[in-house]
Amino acid sequence: EAIKHCAPITPSALIKTKKQLKNLQHNQSTLETPLTRKETEKIQREVAFEKTSKEVSRWQSVVLQNQKAEQLVFPLNQEPSGPKRIEHVVAGWKAQTPLEQEIFSLLRMNKQPLHDPVLTPTEEASLRAMSLEEAKIRRAELQKTRVLQSYYEAKAKRGKKIKSKKYHRVQKKVMRKEYLKQFDEMVKTDPAAALEELKKMELSRMKERMSLKHQNSGKWAKSKAIMAKYDDGARKAMQKQLEVNKDLTQKLVIPADEDEEDEEESAETLPDFVNDVEPILDQVNPWMRGKLSTEPMMEESNRLDPPVWPREVGKPGEGQDEQEEDEEQMEETEEESLLRGFEERRKLRQTEDYNSFSIQTPDGKKAEILEISDYDEEAVEISDDDEEAGLSNFTSLFHGLVNHMEPPADQPKAGPGLRQGESPALLEEGLVRVRTLEDVELLSQDISTSDTALLTTQILGTEETDTQSATQQADKKRKKMIDPNEVLTKEAKVIEMPLAPTAVEDVEDKEEQRVIIKEAFAGDDVVSDFLKDKRKQEEAGRPKVIDLTLPGWGEWGGLGLQPSRSKRKRFRVKVAPPPPRQDQKLPNIIIAEKRDSSIAAHQVCQLPFPFEKPIQFERTIRSPVGRTWNTQNAVQKITAPKVVTQLGAIIEPIAREDLIKDNRQAVTGPSINLESDQGPQKKRRSQQKKQHKRKKN
Amino acid sequence: QHLPALTALSPFPEFPYFIHIHAMKVKVLSRNPDDYVRETKLDIQRVPRNYDPSLHPFEVPREYTRALNATKLERVFAKPFLASLDGHRDGVNCMAKHPKSLSTMLSGSCDGEVVWNLTKRECVRTLQAHEGFVRGMVVRFCGTSFFTVGDDKTIKQWKMETPGYGEEEEPLNTILGKSVFTSIDHHQKEGVFVTCGQQVDIWDEQRSSPIRSFSWGVDSFSCVRFNPVETELLASCASDRSIVLYDMREATPLKKVIMNMRSNTLCWNPMEAYNFTCSNEDYNLYTYDMRYLDKPFTVHMDHVSAVLDVDYSPTGKEFVSASFDKTIRIFPKDSGHSREVYHTKRMQHVISIKWSSDNKYILSASDEMNIRLWKANAAEKLGLLAPREKAAVNYSQKLKEKFQHHPQIRRISHHRHLPKSIYSQTKELRVMKEARRRKERNVRKHSKPGSMPVVTEKEKHVVTVVK
Repeated sequence: EAIKHCAPITPSALIKTKKQLKNLQHNQSTLETPLTRKETEKIQREVAFEKTSKEVSRWQSVVLQNQKAEQLVFPLNQEPSGPKRIEHVVAGWKAQTPLEQEIFSLLRMNKQPLHDPVLTPTEEASLRAMSLEEAKIRRAELQKTRVLQSYYEAKAKRGKKIKSKKYHRVQKKVMRKEYLKQFDEMVKTDPAAALEELKKMELSRMKERMSLKHQNSGKWAKSKAIMAKYDDGARKAMQKQLEVNKDLTQKLVIPADEDEEDEEESAETLPDFVNDVEPILDQVNPWMRGKLSTEPMMEESNRLDPPVWPREVGKPGEGQDEQEEDEEQMEETEEESLLRGFEERRKLRQTEDYNSFSIQTPDGKKAEILEISDYDEEAVEISDDDEEAGLSNFTSLFHGLVNHMEPPADQPKAGPGLRQGESPALLEEGLVRVRTLEDVELLSQDISTSDTALLTTQILGTEETDTQSATQQADKKRKKMIDPNEVLTKEAKVIEMPLAPTAVEDVEDKEEQRVIIKEAFAGDDVVSDFLKDKRKQEEAGRPKVIDLTLPGWGEWGGLGLQPSRSKRKRFRVKVAPPPPRQDQKLPNIIIAEKRDSSIAAHQVCQLPFPFEKPIQFERTIRSPVGRTWNTQNAVQKITAPKVVTQLGAIIEPIAREDLIKDNRQAVTGPSINLESDQGPQKKRRSQQKKQHKRKKN
Repeated sequence: QHLPALTALSPFPEFPYFIHIHAMKVKVLSRNPDDYVRETKLDIQRVPRNYDPSLHPFEVPREYTRALNATKLERVFAKPFLASLDGHRDGVNCMAKHPKSLSTMLSGSCDGEVVWNLTKRECVRTLQAHEGFVRGMVVRFCGTSFFTVGDDKTIKQWKMETPGYGEEEEPLNTILGKSVFTSIDHHQKEGVFVTCGQQVDIWDEQRSSPIRSFSWGVDSFSCVRFNPVETELLASCASDRSIVLYDMREATPLKKVIMNMRSNTLCWNPMEAYNFTCSNEDYNLYTYDMRYLDKPFTVHMDHVSAVLDVDYSPTGKEFVSASFDKTIRIFPKDSGHSREVYHTKRMQHVISIKWSSDNKYILSASDEMNIRLWKANAAEKLGLLAPREKAAVNYSQKLKEKFQHHPQIRRISHHRHLPKSIYSQTKELRVMKEARRRKERNVRKHSKPGSMPVVTEKEKHVVTVVK
């Protein structure tokens, strides 16, 4: 730079160069020596290795996929067999004859593809857009949706055909509940949308009210109108109906201030205690809280239909009223939901504390439970009906409901009702469960003392009888054994005495003592048990007399007639006694003689590697694969070989194109298998398991 | 069920079904002949089946018996040796598969001649390629020509077609190198090939000098192979007991691993881009993942002498190895021991081995001038199978697999005959190994805890990885 500027020498330029020179002189630092060749190469190698190993790692998914594949068919990318188009086979072909030339000129004029690309570019692209695999996947998806749709339709049809009102009622309730749940969710997550929803609900309610319900146009109302001339009750019912209609239609008048209206409504429809915090009467028993939900219903029903629509089954006039009753019920429940909605809204407005929320949900549930528990059977029936249970959320909802219902339904049973008159085993359970309150504790004390006393006596009794029988039998067997009685059962008598008085004395340590006693006596039984066991084994090993007598031959046969004694004697075959047992002279040993060495040679003695439990292994052995037990298709599927190669087909190494394709497949997701997942087969297997409990080993 | 009763009633027991009484309507059993009559006599008799499990009891014992029989039959039919191709007048040193034709195979012998073999089991063409050993040969990916390297320091390219009458047998190209080439391999898709000798050279087919040379402090290589999947990758075995990886696009080698003993050859898995197996002088084969060279992920043991060659099956599930102990063994790629051992009385040290590209045959070339053709699955029936035959084979295969852990079946299916020498050698090796293990255990017992770390079998054989 300095040199460049040197031609027109100005003082400023001079100063500049001087400065630069100075800087250079001051700058002491030298350049770093370049790395040695060895080191640079090492770095290069490392970088290159990283790069290639990353590149190679792309194959990992493909390799894993191939390893896990149920079946691999080689060569991997087989071209569809069959004749190819002449244009693909013949490469350099030209139109030569005048006719051909004419044809081609025509084609060219019309912008049609000529010989080489038989398809137009767009057609080609469209072909390429969807590979066979993708098309299969797509088809499977479509099939699935179609099937789902048909299932759903069939289900809806079936549901529609069901005449049971209860069923429909329950169904509606469930739907409503679901809706409410969603609404609750929405309140939490998106209050604005919830408000919108509320408005919609309100609107629909108004529409409902505007409609002709509760007027005198219904079937029931018409019949009543006819009857009204003669029947006072019918007339009254009509009047009630009209009143209700008036009531309902009145609500259409909406005051300007919404808050007021709300309050009014709540005053009308809700009992006072709705807004109260739930009184905690009994924490343990949720049924004590049931007051809230049941009462408003009762009130409503009283208000709407005091004596006119009798609820009990079997009352007179029930047959006629049923339909109407149903409608009414529906309306009622609607009202309920509405009430809930209003309540909700009020809560939103007033932003009360969380307690008020907690009131609403549990009692709502309880109401549901109360009603649905009656229709339990129906629900179960329905769920049985539905084969495609997975598809219908309704059934799952039902199941959920039933499940929900169960624990509270169980509790009262397990509670106080149980204590009086049930077996001691269950009693003990009760003791364990309920011990929070003092009175319960007292109760439990009583029970436990009596219980332990009972238990001890029982155990003692059994123990005594055991030892007695043991000694008796041992006496019998004395000739055979080397006095096992003396050797073995002496300790048993020592422990006979104790512990019953202590159990009575000590109150606090009762539990522990009981355990101790149990343990002690449990240990005591071992000896006699062993003797019994041994005797049993001996018995089993002894040959049985074979009776080959057939009734009838040579005498009268028939019911209640025994073949004669002489005949029985003649056809009774005595088997030669087996060789003496190996443990005959060993009183404290049982040598099992069941083990057959000829079979043992065929049996697996060690759990093979991939299995973790014997059960797993047994399961693989137990399920047959042959044609005798499985259908043709199942057998084909089961016995399909893992690797299929074609005779005379050259298998090329896997190509990069496969990698790209596989990756694309991985993005689109695994193929859907609609082939029923061996459904029938599985069923069959399970049946087999039930029917045969044969084990190989 | 009514039949016995009817027969008993009818006065003519010959016609049990036909009861005709006037003025009385009698229902008679009748069947639709379509249900049980076959259309032609070649049809299979239709058997209506009832799959009720209670009608077919003892399923496990019955299937077990079938499995046992199938296993026995498998051993009975296990006759893997198909043919011996003789014609060489010296030991066969190398072979090459034809990439496009299954029936063509090339072999190079120690006296420099190249013989073609067909599945007619006859030699088609003989030519004097080199003076001295033919060290390596490879067919170009298109199958129209092939390359040979020999002890006379030349690389020659030959036409695959037989020269016409009167034409002279001449190579298309000849490249004169500076040193002996020991191995050659061709790129999967491009006109590039690689040779090794004193260094690894990458050649363009159009040029007479290598486009790239790799050397990394090693003076001789015994084998070099292109990766068939990631086609730019290479691996070579060097005489300093190392295996070196290369990328054709890079200027330097990638990495090398030094083992306890020298590797003779290696082969990439054609279905798994990053796995390769090398045959080692220490009687073992090692399968490596090229990304993690610090230890092999499987050690394949069974040979009782140095392993000379290895080749993967085209499915990438198994490989076959040739050994100096005069046997061929087939290993599943992830198992430590072989599933099959082939040997014949006359087969000497097996030098070269190839697995045919339709996965059905194995070719072995050995010292005593013969090339042998084996079945890859000893008991397999060759040729077309009828559908029922195929189904039966599949079923018995499945049964064998199902009951493979049962002692009898296991014993039968695992039984192989071995020549006495190999058997005794195996035993000896086992004893040696056990002794070594015992000693190690004892030393560990009597030394300070932690001072003798436990070294796994996999780690034992790798000395170091050089970056």
